[in-house]
Amino acid sequence: MAKFMPLRDAVAENLHDGDAVAFEGFTHLIPHAAAHEAIRQGFKDLTLIRMTPDVIYDQMVGMGMAKKLVFSYIGNPGVGLLRRCRDSVENGYPRSVEIEEHSHAGMANAYEAGASGLPFAVFRGYRGAGLAEVNPNIRSVTCPFTGEKLAAIPSVRPDVTFIHAQKADKQGNVLVEGIIGIQKEAVLAAKRAVVTVEEVVDNFDDVHPNCCVLPQWTIAAIAEVPGGAHPSYAHGYYVRDNATYLEWDKIAADRDGFAEWMKVNVLEAGPEVFAERVKGLRS
Amino acid sequence: MSEQDFTPDEMMTIAASRALRPSDVCFVGIGAPSAACNVARLTHAPEITLIYESGTIGTRPDVLPLSIGDGELCDTAVTTVSVPEMFRYWLQGGRITIGFLGAAQLDKFGNINTTVIGDYNKPKTRLPGGGGAPEIATSCGEIFITMKQSLRGMVDKIDFYTSFGHGDGGDHRERLGITTKGPTLLVTDLAIWKPDPESKEFTVVSLHPGVTREDVQATCGWPVKFADNLETTPAPTDEELSTLRDLKARTKAAHEGTGKAA
Repeated sequence: MAKFMPLRDAVAENLHDGDAVAFEGFTHLIPHAAAHEAIRQGFKDLTLIRMTPDVIYDQMVGMGMAKKLVFSYIGNPGVGLLRRCRDSVENGYPRSVEIEEHSHAGMANAYEAGASGLPFAVFRGYRGAGLAEVNPNIRSVTCPFTGEKLAAIPSVRPDVTFIHAQKADKQGNVLVEGIIGIQKEAVLAAKRAVVTVEEVVDNFDDVHPNCCVLPQWTIAAIAEVPGGAHPSYAHGYYVRDNATYLEWDKIAADRDGFAEWMKVNVLEAGPEVFAERVKGLRS
Repeated sequence: MSEQDFTPDEMMTIAASRALRPSDVCFVGIGAPSAACNVARLTHAPEITLIYESGTIGTRPDVLPLSIGDGELCDTAVTTVSVPEMFRYWLQGGRITIGFLGAAQLDKFGNINTTVIGDYNKPKTRLPGGGGAPEIATSCGEIFITMKQSLRGMVDKIDFYTSFGHGDGGDHRERLGITTKGPTLLVTDLAIWKPDPESKEFTVVSLHPGVTREDVQATCGWPVKFADNLETTPAPTDEELSTLRDLKARTKAAHEGTGKAA
């Protein structure tokens, strides 16, 4: 049963030190506000799962919260590298982080297998790929019907998944629209799911019958955080703040500059700042 | 190189765009491939289907996306599907004719590294990794690659096999059970390359206007092979050049501001 509550409580009740956690969003609807709340609450030893760990995982790794990363693309999309993640992988600063690296096809299949209640995912992948040699979780199975050798990897089953979505209705059902990414699978694969939304509406009577709606009983907690995806975007609400992604490259380049930026913009801020940040971006 | 009214970069994008056909269904990598694919769509191949891995099928963006998941891609798409559907039904299902990739490091057999420079477990530089590329490289009908030439980029031996091209050459793909063609075209800022039919080594088949064999060799880390009947790439037409420049200008204005709200 989805409970509406302030973001601070939703994070405190559902995330714990040592959890395997996914903050999902494929470029669109990235749960920045939820990640910043997790950073403020100072969790430790997290296994951070995400197909495309971008700015928020750069921030969490830079703050020393992660013991392990499970991912398929560790970059700032269209901009370049993630400099805090690089500092961790290359120099062990602020701590070294264990890495489990996949391809997008691998991660997408692993989430789907998790949502399907299966122990592993099977697909045609990793042929000739170097990842198969460095990641012991990339194995193979033989098709019992054709004899074809196929890739097998463990399913992804987070303790908790955080996503951002456009709307919840008053019952707590959640609507995701636009580039829906891996959100549905990430929610259904997890033991608990927490959703931040742009707004809460009376009902979904005007929603198309085939829209991506997560029923309220699949969600643990919902917090209304307008602008909560910024600098990512919420289709129909505000556009992607590409300039901020370009700027992040400079902020994250330097350890001290990063720490100062995090202090001012995350540690001493709250979820309410997000509405202000998207003011000029509303569509 | 003599003075020209176009840059090597523009020549690269335009030469790459010409290789795409209106009937193609193309999985578009971000960066240089994205520019080439959209120039093709805006010039000779308006019916081409462009697909980005965020799930947008048949997209027609007015500006080049900064990321593979910009809202513009979804707004202008025929349909937008989930990421697992994209990789399972559309890519693995064999519905994509061309995968268009960029590369940080490339070898002469079209193997690509975008994962690490140095040792995987103790990298000198940790790059973003493969994303969709490992399966794009093996599931699309064929692969086009576009990148600027440099000694750092075009190397004798890549540090990591992010996506498999022709491996050690010859029939290496078949031996791994891969049934698709793999890299069939490489377009750089200096030349057009195609794999030798037998060895699969990339061979220069066309030099861009004003480029010499020495220019190509000076920016390539392996001994370059040239085709016997080496051609010259036709210079960009006015239409191609103005299409590309308009697209870049619109894109720059959009990204420096804040998308459509700027």
